Amino acid sequence: MDSYIIKEENTLGIRARRIIAHVVLIFMTLLCLFWFYVLFINATRTNSEIMLGFSFLPGDMLVKNFKNLLADDSIPIVSGLINSLIVSGGTAILATYFSTMTAFAIHAYNFKFKNAIFTFILMVMMIPTQVTSLGFIKMLRDLDWTNQLWPLIIPSIASPTVFFYLKQYMQSCLPHSLLEAARIDGSGEFRTFNTIVMPLMKPAIAVQAIFTFVSSWNNYFTPALILTDLEKKTLPILLAMLRSKDWSTLDRGQVYMMISLSILPVIVVYMFLSKHIVQGLTVGSVKE
Amino acid sequence: MNTPKNKKCVSYNKWGYIFLIPFVVTYLIFQLYPLFSTIYNSFFENYMAQGGLIQVGPNFVGLDNYKELFSNANIGKYLGNTLIMWIMGFIPQILVSLLLASWFSNMRLRIKASGFFKAVIYLPNLIMASAFSMLFFALFSDNGPINKLLMSWGMLNEPFRFFSNIWATRILVAFMNFLMWFGNTTILLMAGIMGIDTSLMEAAEVDGAKPSQVFFRITLPLLKPILVYVMITSLLGGLQMYDVPQILTNGTGSPVNSTKTLIMFLNDHLYSKNYGMGGALSVILFVITGILSLFVYRSMVKKED
Amino acid sequence: MKKKLLALVLAATMALGLAACGSDKEASKGEATDGGKVFNIYCWNNEFRTRLTDHYDAYEAVSETEGKIGDVIVKWHETPNADNQYQNALDAALLAQKDAAADDKVDLFLVEADYAVKYVDTDYTLDVKTVGITKDDIKDQYKYTQDAVTDSKGVLKGLSWQGCPCVMIYKADIAESVLGTSDPAAVQEYVKDWDTFNATAETMKAAGYKMVSGYDDTFRIFSNNATSPWVKDGKLNIDASIKDWIDQTKLFTQNEYNNKTTLWGDGWSTGFTAEGDVFCYFGPAWFVDYTARQKDADGNATNDGLFKATEGPQSFFWGGTWMCAANGTDNAKEIKDMMLAMTTDAEVMKGIVEKDADFANNKKAMEEMAASGYTSDFLGGQNPLPMYIAGAEKISLENITAYDQGCNEKIQSCMKDYFDGNCTYEEALANFKNEVKTMYPELTVE
Repeated sequence: MDSYIIKEENTLGIRARRIIAHVVLIFMTLLCLFWFYVLFINATRTNSEIMLGFSFLPGDMLVKNFKNLLADDSIPIVSGLINSLIVSGGTAILATYFSTMTAFAIHAYNFKFKNAIFTFILMVMMIPTQVTSLGFIKMLRDLDWTNQLWPLIIPSIASPTVFFYLKQYMQSCLPHSLLEAARIDGSGEFRTFNTIVMPLMKPAIAVQAIFTFVSSWNNYFTPALILTDLEKKTLPILLAMLRSKDWSTLDRGQVYMMISLSILPVIVVYMFLSKHIVQGLTVGSVKE
Repeated sequence: MNTPKNKKCVSYNKWGYIFLIPFVVTYLIFQLYPLFSTIYNSFFENYMAQGGLIQVGPNFVGLDNYKELFSNANIGKYLGNTLIMWIMGFIPQILVSLLLASWFSNMRLRIKASGFFKAVIYLPNLIMASAFSMLFFALFSDNGPINKLLMSWGMLNEPFRFFSNIWATRILVAFMNFLMWFGNTTILLMAGIMGIDTSLMEAAEVDGAKPSQVFFRITLPLLKPILVYVMITSLLGGLQMYDVPQILTNGTGSPVNSTKTLIMFLNDHLYSKNYGMGGALSVILFVITGILSLFVYRSMVKKED
Repeated sequence: MKKKLLALVLAATMALGLAACGSDKEASKGEATDGGKVFNIYCWNNEFRTRLTDHYDAYEAVSETEGKIGDVIVKWHETPNADNQYQNALDAALLAQKDAAADDKVDLFLVEADYAVKYVDTDYTLDVKTVGITKDDIKDQYKYTQDAVTDSKGVLKGLSWQGCPCVMIYKADIAESVLGTSDPAAVQEYVKDWDTFNATAETMKAAGYKMVSGYDDTFRIFSNNATSPWVKDGKLNIDASIKDWIDQTKLFTQNEYNNKTTLWGDGWSTGFTAEGDVFCYFGPAWFVDYTARQKDADGNATNDGLFKATEGPQSFFWGGTWMCAANGTDNAKEIKDMMLAMTTDAEVMKGIVEKDADFANNKKAMEEMAASGYTSDFLGGQNPLPMYIAGAEKISLENITAYDQGCNEKIQSCMKDYFDGNCTYEEALANFKNEVKTMYPELTVE
């Protein structure tokens, strides 16, 4: 009798909880997507339409706003897109390739300072770049290396977080016997790294490439201090410039269009790869 | 893991050093040298006078920059702002994430389209913070769409000036941080819950424990290590809060400097090339984040074992 | 006919200038040579470029970033003003000027009054005499335009083609319904001094209108009429006139005489439209014809005739662009020709008024035009030139410093918190001092 009641309660309870869970999830989904919906709607409307008020239906000014934005030479969106692509692409490639190399060095070999270096990298992993940015920027300014893109790319060779993730992954997928076999086949260490290790690490490298690409794409603090030439600026800096323009005379359609253009590439990539990204998120940081 | 073969690969081990060269060289040039240069500069008076054309210094001034920073109440205020806005975002973030993570990992709930939901809640984390803030500025401006919407619904008679109100601005910053991070935290916690032996929970439920009892008595205590990890990494991230309030308030931290963060303050000094004060502030930030990083390091090493 | 005359005038002034150049060269410190192949101009928007294209015959536009004067290539280095970017770029270029290759050296750069002193009071800027311009060349310019770019030793280091005396523009229909008249002279009686102005604000409120749009609309009037500078002997100094602005704006905010907007911010410009509830705005010619005049998507004006102009409580100026020759230039001749044509040639300057509805820096030309029945479409056929002329004569610039821009910006943003009721006056003032100290570490703020 007793157990029957409990069971009944539980089944009722679970049904109610299931409904609540779905309602909350739908609410959170709307909360996440609402802003982007308004953004894309407003990117298709004229300045005066936007000023009049809110609308759930798109307008027909998408192309016009896009053309206006391209024609506005105070915000060079095209060069901004190209610069952002160069920096993020370069960062993603260097960070993943060299972090795999560093991880390989720690994973596959035994040498005197191995543990010391590993411990050191783990310790500095969490120190934010902002605290050393003064020295970095002063160095660039003193050497007249500002207004160039490479100082934003090269430092990513030393990316402790990417290294840590890849090191974790390597532990589970790269047996030492495989390296032994390669050595017996006469493969040099560098060749082994490029032809055996890199391909094996592909899934993890892909995930980290996406993460480094996105974080570099979104990076604002350091680039804003190094890039002062209009043609050298990346998208986040151009957005900040838009913010400091005279708001009352700005063409809002153009503003929304500019925001859309800077987040659209990431959203499109995410649509195709979201499954891998969400899964990949936990491999390195929480591994039992 | 690396026991019997050690002897055999001795001749290969120099490659360990070779493969480390790129990392070490890059780290020395672009991280370690700047760090020492930052510390070194903090003991000097070194800035551009009259807004940029007249170089003053570098003159050695000992700890004067630190004294000035601490004698000025602002650094405490900016630290306070940073922490307040972080906490206001973090508390809902951890609560919502715990709830969602426990739902996602509860097989009996059979959440439909969970892949879709996970993908959507993680999306804001990938959005450029500057673009997101610019969007929020546009949406919440005095004559922006949100005000227009609230007025057309009859909830407001005249526009509510979000960015002229201390708490409204802070809540917006915290809310954006919440939106950008709760998905990430949910997925981390989910992984943590998945790692817990589910037989424990099932046994408890069979014994008649309520879902809330299972959650608070079993799941939560087992999750403690990962919760600590999430909290400290989030605090580290919170201390670096910059993009959102910087763009939202156009760098002013308005109203009344109530949304100005430590990094925004650092940016003021870097932008005007005041290397002395900027250096002192960086060193203070370095010490704070260094201590927090040690905690993260410890929690990670524990997991390793 | 017009061209011929212009060439004649140019030739005459050039001859005069050359003569002066020879005699004064030893006296001045800077260096300027001729024969450079590349003429580098630093600026923050396209205004000067379009002025040159439209009014300076020797200049031939090639593209948005390049032009030609004879064989010399003109290169434009445009950096936006926002967030101090222009000055940062210019500072970097000037600091590197000594070691720069001849073709990379800054030759000419533009400045605004708020920070002109920062450049004028250094050796980076040349005495206009060094490039060959004499006192006689510039005798018809308004005195304040020269004061703005005269260094602490009394040396003139820049010239402007533009005068920016301000007027008060008011919405005629509001004046008609509340004051019973929209005639400029009659309306002036209601705004002739600050007490009357404040009383009229109360009348406007009673009738359901706002006197001004927001917090900063009257700021320039008060700051221009200050009797002491922002910085005295390395110490921050807040003039009584600034305090008057703070008190007035707090009163206006409490009594709802304004819409609580900030200059250039959201909602500030809504008063320019036909439905606008704002009685008046203040500004110079460029403001009246570019900011206040609204245009639709096809470029047609939508609010012509809504506004009229009168002098307002006090005369002041706002904005304006000055040309400065950079020390080390190798295009002295081009600079001189350009400066003379743009800032002294009466025909060029009348052309600027006619084509761009700007107010030009030439007393004689402006008086002639004022008398010749010039009218403004935006002001519904009113002739604003006599008001501008009267205003330009009254402007005094004794108190400018290198710190004006930062102080003006920061006092407005810090006091906004006080007006909004987010903090007390004392807190806002303390914040202001802190901000100034962060910006200018060399100043004492107590």
